[in-house]
Amino acid sequence: MQGQANRFLSWLRQPGVLNAVPASLFLLIGFAGPLLMVFGYSFMPPKTFSLFQEPTLANYSSVVSDSYYISFFWSLTLAAATVVILFFICYPIAYGMAKVFGKWANLITVLIAVPLLISENIRLFGWVLVLLKNGILDGSLQAVFGFSASGMLYTVPAIVFGLVYVYLPFMLFPLVIGISMIPDTLKEAASDLGASRWEVFREVELPLAMPGIMIGGILTFILSLGSLAESKILGGQTVVMIADDIESAFTFAQNWPKGSVLSVLLIALSGTIVILLFRRIDLDRIIGRR
Amino acid sequence: MATAKAKSRVARNLIVLWTVCVLAFLYIPMVAIVLASFSKARYFRFPVPRWTTQWYDKAMDSLSIRDLLWTSLSVATLVTVFSVALAFMGALAFARYDWKGRKLYQRLVLLPIFFPQAVLGLALLLWFSALGITTSWHTAVFAHMVWIVPIVILIMSIQVYSFDPSLEEAAYDLGASRFQVLREVTLPILAPGVISGGIFAFLLSWGNFPLSLFSTGADQTVPEWLYSKMVMGYTPMVPTLGSLTMSGAAILIFLFYMVWMIIKSRQSRA
Repeated sequence: MQGQANRFLSWLRQPGVLNAVPASLFLLIGFAGPLLMVFGYSFMPPKTFSLFQEPTLANYSSVVSDSYYISFFWSLTLAAATVVILFFICYPIAYGMAKVFGKWANLITVLIAVPLLISENIRLFGWVLVLLKNGILDGSLQAVFGFSASGMLYTVPAIVFGLVYVYLPFMLFPLVIGISMIPDTLKEAASDLGASRWEVFREVELPLAMPGIMIGGILTFILSLGSLAESKILGGQTVVMIADDIESAFTFAQNWPKGSVLSVLLIALSGTIVILLFRRIDLDRIIGRR
Repeated sequence: MATAKAKSRVARNLIVLWTVCVLAFLYIPMVAIVLASFSKARYFRFPVPRWTTQWYDKAMDSLSIRDLLWTSLSVATLVTVFSVALAFMGALAFARYDWKGRKLYQRLVLLPIFFPQAVLGLALLLWFSALGITTSWHTAVFAHMVWIVPIVILIMSIQVYSFDPSLEEAAYDLGASRFQVLREVTLPILAPGVISGGIFAFLLSWGNFPLSLFSTGADQTVPEWLYSKMVMGYTPMVPTLGSLTMSGAAILIFLFYMVWMIIKSRQSRA
């Protein structure tokens, strides 16, 4: 007992541990605590507000039997579509930033990061103004070509468009890191040995850039899965995504246990993906690379 | 050989063209908002028939808009101060020291960044009400920090990874106290990371919507107000206030860029 306490104290006295204490405590109170409570609420009887009742699985079974699988389906589909589209949009740019642009790459990084610092709402609203009936796109088409392009807003493609727009940097930056980890000499060696461009891409570039592709893909997938603003502002409730369901369960319906179950399912889904990712990737190497 | 070279030049030009297009694409909505804020019509249409600056005059005179800006500013300022303090230590633990349990700590720090913010906001709302805390802009500061502290730790860590610990040791050997080492060695070297972390903290809090939505209670920040007006009761104040907050962010980013350049040129001289 004494020995164990001493060992703990000497562990605690390391400078690394001491520096980690404030942030860890904060995240335990501000992050782990609330999530554990949501987990607890998911076992409480429906439409109750206390945590100290007999646990029940009623919420889980009602969520399974209700039509919530539709919003899960939409969220998963839209997130998957977003990831695929973003990959094709970002790969050439990431390649350029890692291998072609040289000095200009820094400026491009700044230009891509700046919109991130402007509220997502405001940027999505800008797209509403562009896509609106008599908006910028529709108005210009009418003035120049005489035909109208209204009806683009409040559709499923508009939601995907918003997701692609908002999460573009989260795909691009990991890809840049991934591609810059490919040594040029390897590609030269492969083409010297007679590989075609496509073979070099498939056999050398893609596998070596894979950590970056994985991080970018999973990051954008998870962020899109939990997104709320895109479907509300650009989708106008054409489709209900899972975050919408969670929000209305907690707010309008005042059914905390049901909202908790949906949150737990969403967290479990994204959490599994993140944990699988972390297991395969060395953070020190990726963040600390010079 | 010549054709291969020509081919790669074409590929290079295509990449440049594509990048320029996507960059332009990123800025289209901002341009749209600024255009709409100068349009005289109550409901936006394009091409804009008549221009005006009246919405800006109205925004400047409006007391409720002043309140919104003040709330957002207070939240963002407090978030910045607290986040930088917590994250400075947090980043040293993340990247500078090697200790048992660090890998677990790194994962704990990264999880909130990957977490859907709307769900986090709702979980925090439950948490506050279970603890009997009435939500107001004070609780929004806390809620923002749950997401922003990890991001600031990550940003500062990038700087800390390239920090040479032997500089600190040399200072200790020369008889410096712990506080002196922090003030004279560690902080100046890590200053660029601390400044960029602070700027990010401020701007991310300033623009945050999903966490504010559930944690501000009766108070309202600018993004929340914009959202509520977009959904219901549109007024031309939406693009106007949007343009104002965007210009605020742009000025801050520009100042930051200048400071960054000064620090860099000093470092290269030293």
